[in-house]
Amino acid sequence: MEKSVVFNGKLLPYLLLAPQLAITLIFFYWPASQAIWQSFLREDAFGLNSEFVGLENYQALFAQPEYYTAIGTTVVFSSLVTVLSLGVALLFATQADKNLKGASAYKTLMIWPYAVAPAIAGVLWFFIFHPTLGTLARPLRVMGFNWNPMLDGTHAMILVVMAAVWKQVAYNFLFFLAGLQAIPKSVIEAGAIDGAGPLRRFWTIIFPLLSPTTFFLLVVNIVYVFFETFGIIDAVTAGGPAGSTTTMVYKVFADGRLGGDLGGSAAQSVVLMVIVIALTAIQFRYVERKVQY
Amino acid sequence: MVEHRPLRDLVAYIVLSLGVLIFAFPVYVAFIASTYDAATVVSGNLPLTPGGRMLENYYRAVFVGGSRFMNQPVGVLLLNSFVTAIGIAVGKILISILSAFAIVYFRFPFRKTAFWIIFITLMLPVEVRIYPTYKVVADLRMLDTYAGLILPLIASATGTLLFRQFFMTVPDELLEASRIDGAGPLRFFWDTLLPLSMTTVAALFVIQFIYGWNQYLWPLLITTKDSMQTIVIGIKKMLTTTDELAEWQLAMATAVLAMLPPVAVVVFMQRLFVKGLVETEK
Repeated sequence: MEKSVVFNGKLLPYLLLAPQLAITLIFFYWPASQAIWQSFLREDAFGLNSEFVGLENYQALFAQPEYYTAIGTTVVFSSLVTVLSLGVALLFATQADKNLKGASAYKTLMIWPYAVAPAIAGVLWFFIFHPTLGTLARPLRVMGFNWNPMLDGTHAMILVVMAAVWKQVAYNFLFFLAGLQAIPKSVIEAGAIDGAGPLRRFWTIIFPLLSPTTFFLLVVNIVYVFFETFGIIDAVTAGGPAGSTTTMVYKVFADGRLGGDLGGSAAQSVVLMVIVIALTAIQFRYVERKVQY
Repeated sequence: MVEHRPLRDLVAYIVLSLGVLIFAFPVYVAFIASTYDAATVVSGNLPLTPGGRMLENYYRAVFVGGSRFMNQPVGVLLLNSFVTAIGIAVGKILISILSAFAIVYFRFPFRKTAFWIIFITLMLPVEVRIYPTYKVVADLRMLDTYAGLILPLIASATGTLLFRQFFMTVPDELLEASRIDGAGPLRFFWDTLLPLSMTTVAALFVIQFIYGWNQYLWPLLITTKDSMQTIVIGIKKMLTTTDELAEWQLAMATAVLAMLPPVAVVVFMQRLFVKGLVETEK
């Protein structure tokens, strides 16, 4: 797509582009290239000297058992959050797609959690499941369940997953509902005439027709779990107990700040960049239509 | 509908109502906790109906603060959040509408290069380059400033792509007409294109306001002074003392205050919000 009628201008287009390009170069390309450069350096503890060490930071990184633990945690965390939030959202969206009275009120009541900051979502869930003062932790203990997300890694993981899902369902719900409403009613009626019941119609007609939406959401959700859940993890568990909720992104933060290992942290950043670029490439490969250049 | 069975509708109502209740529950508990005194909250026997300390707690949180964990009243943090969120939203709209105008309505050398330079920023969220970005901001002496909070977060391609997409749908006849009237590019932009773009601008504003308001990692890193913190950071800071000492009723009052503006935006500007969300797709 190109405009056939355009303006002539020698200087003006550059002036119009200048603010965005300047900000992008200063706050984006410069730091990103620094991250790549730093991943080949080793700095002393005071940041005074640095020497070029080639791939040593990467070798050290991949020799670290903790890094594989973090990768494992990230895989577990992102698959749980993605599958649960997509599943729950699809359930609600199919229900909201029936011509109900008050459907728009339900929609509003479903989507507002999107606006809650991840860190605050984390604090809310931490509060209701707090081992000593949580409203829902008490019934758990009464039932004889020794609930303590501050000491037990699995409990901590369950808690951050719940908070992350709670926040993400709204987004998925909105897109699933739009996707469902875009399916022509005639197709579903045709299925019904052929004698397919509601469940059969869902799995053989609706679900396949919804797959572009599902695929798009899958990629978006993975990116969400990777990056935006940082606030939830930091507010609820700070990566603990004993590193059991330290995801790859959290480790970049923790190693660089608390450990002061900037080279290692930068190497992890580069690994993450590669992952995000791959995800985005997949997204554009299959969900093309955003850009044709 | 294909078949209309009252029973199926009833199931739908029940599932949706349950969902709505589960969604609202954490926020409801937070609100309840913000209406009691510290002792009741810490006792672990929080009632399920509001208590009588609401005004006192909110007043203390917003105007006084000043207990041992929070040396800034939440009013200051709220102000910082508003400035940051509005700064990010306005800044992003401003730079991206101008660059999209240049890319769509002009032909010049390096046009595609400029587009790709902007486009690639979609792929690298601030989280993967936090420390180098921190260093750049520190070198520019922008730590603990609004500029430092805002500028690095407006460097992204979403807005430019959105406006580019919209400009493509604007009929060429409008441009030809304003040319015949003798209008230059800036006149056309100001008198024709901008008024047409207002819905898109509003939708982008809504999305970016929420995005800016909810930022966590970046403000956490670059603010060291309590007086420059945003409200989302403030809550976390309130709870980093030992749990027994944390004043949960104030923290929960703060959480409720921190949720109100973005949630209100979603509820009252739902149409724009949905439009913005679907069109930015991110």
